[in-house]
Amino acid sequence: MSMGSRRRFAVLIATASIVLGACSNGTTATVAPPSAAPSTAVAPSVAPATPAPSASAAPVTVEWWHITTGDPGKSVFQGIADAYTKLHPNVKINITILENEAFKTKLATSLQSGQVPDLFQSWGGGIMAAQADAGVLKDITADVASWKDTVNPGALSIYSYKGVQYGIPWDMGMIGVWYNKALFTKAGISAPPTTWDDFLADVGKLKTAGIVPLAIAGKDMWPSMHLWTYLALRIGGGDNLSKMIQSGDWNTDACTQAGEQVLKLNALDPYQPGFKGADYNAEAAAVGNGKAAMEVMGQWAPSVEADQSTSKKGIATDLGWFPFPSVTGGAGAPTDGVGGGNGIAVGKNASPEALDFLKFFSSVENATKIDTNNFGLSPIAGTDSAVTDPNLQAVLAGRGKATFMQLYLDQATSPAMGTAINEATIGIFDGASTPQKVCQAITTAAAAQ
Amino acid sequence: MSVASVRPRSGPRRPTKWVTIGLFLVPALALYLLFVILPIVQAAYYSLFKWNGLTPLTEFIGLKNYATALASDAFATAVGNNVLVIVLSLTIQIPFSLALAVLLNRRFPGRAVFRVLFFLPYVLSEAITGIVFTLLLQPGALVDSGLGGVGLAGLVQDWLGDTTIVMLTVFVIVSWKYFGFHMILLLAGLQGIPRELEEAALIDGAGRWQAFRFVTLPLLGPTLRVSVFLSMIGALQLFDIVWVMTAGGPLGASNTMAIAMFKAGLKNNQMGYGSALAVILFLCGLVLALAYQRFVLRRDIEGAVTAYNG
Repeated sequence: MSMGSRRRFAVLIATASIVLGACSNGTTATVAPPSAAPSTAVAPSVAPATPAPSASAAPVTVEWWHITTGDPGKSVFQGIADAYTKLHPNVKINITILENEAFKTKLATSLQSGQVPDLFQSWGGGIMAAQADAGVLKDITADVASWKDTVNPGALSIYSYKGVQYGIPWDMGMIGVWYNKALFTKAGISAPPTTWDDFLADVGKLKTAGIVPLAIAGKDMWPSMHLWTYLALRIGGGDNLSKMIQSGDWNTDACTQAGEQVLKLNALDPYQPGFKGADYNAEAAAVGNGKAAMEVMGQWAPSVEADQSTSKKGIATDLGWFPFPSVTGGAGAPTDGVGGGNGIAVGKNASPEALDFLKFFSSVENATKIDTNNFGLSPIAGTDSAVTDPNLQAVLAGRGKATFMQLYLDQATSPAMGTAINEATIGIFDGASTPQKVCQAITTAAAAQ
Repeated sequence: MSVASVRPRSGPRRPTKWVTIGLFLVPALALYLLFVILPIVQAAYYSLFKWNGLTPLTEFIGLKNYATALASDAFATAVGNNVLVIVLSLTIQIPFSLALAVLLNRRFPGRAVFRVLFFLPYVLSEAITGIVFTLLLQPGALVDSGLGGVGLAGLVQDWLGDTTIVMLTVFVIVSWKYFGFHMILLLAGLQGIPRELEEAALIDGAGRWQAFRFVTLPLLGPTLRVSVFLSMIGALQLFDIVWVMTAGGPLGASNTMAIAMFKAGLKNNQMGYGSALAVILFLCGLVLALAYQRFVLRRDIEGAVTAYNG
């Protein structure tokens, strides 16, 4: 009996460890409780908080979680924090740097336990909306009113929900097609395509020249989802796409026709070998090593391609960018974009100092460092001139021209919807699904929300 | 007489004994309740709600999460994959480990080196194993070029991208990681078997195979049964390596129950549904463990209980 119960105990532990495992991701970084601002330091939340630099002010700690794990971004962020604490010796900025996936897991468990960081990485959209509904975010509408006009309005709107501002963007880009100019020349393509038909024709030319036309990532799913979104946007137009997101009814012509265009693309066998199991890094490596001619990707593509390439330099000056081609007869404008970026959300317990730091962080002087160090495209007015890379200038031009900007679909919706959209759309790229099935699967997922 | 003489002494002693046992049990029991029982109860409670993990628990939906799970094709695939890994582990992994253990139980030069080499994969972390094999299995990477180099290019597959192959790939990696563990376990068991028994059988005219089959194997039974048990429980909980290598893909072909649970709870913010999957996984483990104990391990346990009482 004692042996029996011991075994059972072992089984319980073994099984429960999975249940428990879901609640701890094993990172060693400790979660410091957000510091409650001493009552003497609390300024009325309506007034923009600008405490005078004074060594005698009560000490305040600002907890800031970000996911910029690599340099130069990591050092730039640290530098901005150091500059701020030098001006305000009473403020201590506690930076916790987490890898993207670890961050999501850790934040979810921290928010559940009520330990909300003062400032933390956010992509706006559906997840931020859920956080706002749960009451873990701070309404900063009044706090940022004095300086919010310096922020690109499209980017700013991603961090507001039901008319309330909950965060500030520090990076906003647009997805487009990154291509290898040398490979295009080799395939006899003189100029990047502007229409989808030209795009398909160019894919055919690349294929004929023995070049892999397009890299996608079947394991991570989202890169091809963006391509599909663009097709739906070009065919149906922005209003139509917004309506599908809001109503949850995706059984529309725009949705099925987007899938049909993907089938046309599939017919050319354009993807890199092993794309079904490839993750995004493998996709970037394919382009960065000159093994694939194109990828549909955001503004971070050049740096990831370089990082994942064997030479660590990517394809350098051979890299070019063009906006996603228009679909003939489609309702969407060719300037409409799919984009998104990074921002900082403000936790419910954030002190006035945290908000003051956010303002400092978003000043032209500091925001420019994001552009000059090439780890993002700042949405702060007056920073565009700091971008010297011609490709990123092209992305910025696209961002500026966009009359409609759709946030990445897997972020605009709830996480469960995002997964459903990713899983449905990859099916058609893998050749395992049909346009109708994709639209039905997304509609079904929306109904279950 | 003896009763009268014993009672006065054992009377006061009995409570003391139970108090001592109780005191020793309290810390373990407290931890057990706090970190094992309570989370299970919590998960069972959450599983009755539609909950995104952030808002208050208000949307009570009864057993709907369970109904959704049981009707879901994705979860059915996950359960099927777990069963597949269990079956393959028992039919391939354990026999392979046993064969190696028998081999390494003989005396030959370099035996210790082989023992260490075969055990090494078990020492690696699962994440590292996953990353290393993901890199090796990329199209055109070491595995493919290695097969090509020995003239077996025809065997090259899209190891992690083909929905029909991916689970077998995963099984091979998992087996590579754990065969050394089972080998060591069985080797320890083999070393506990006196050599004389096999020798006696050989002298009595048994062949080598007969001696192994009718003398060594039955004596190795208890170890083998524990090995099988650990293998089954491990297969049921399969997560880390698969998550790192495929994240359950492509198209959900390598989903396991644990991956489905993790995705629902922590990727999709469907805490209620994720909890329901956790409870299902827990019940599978519990039923499997109890059934195995009742029908397979009973002999071993009875022996232990008898020894304890005696």
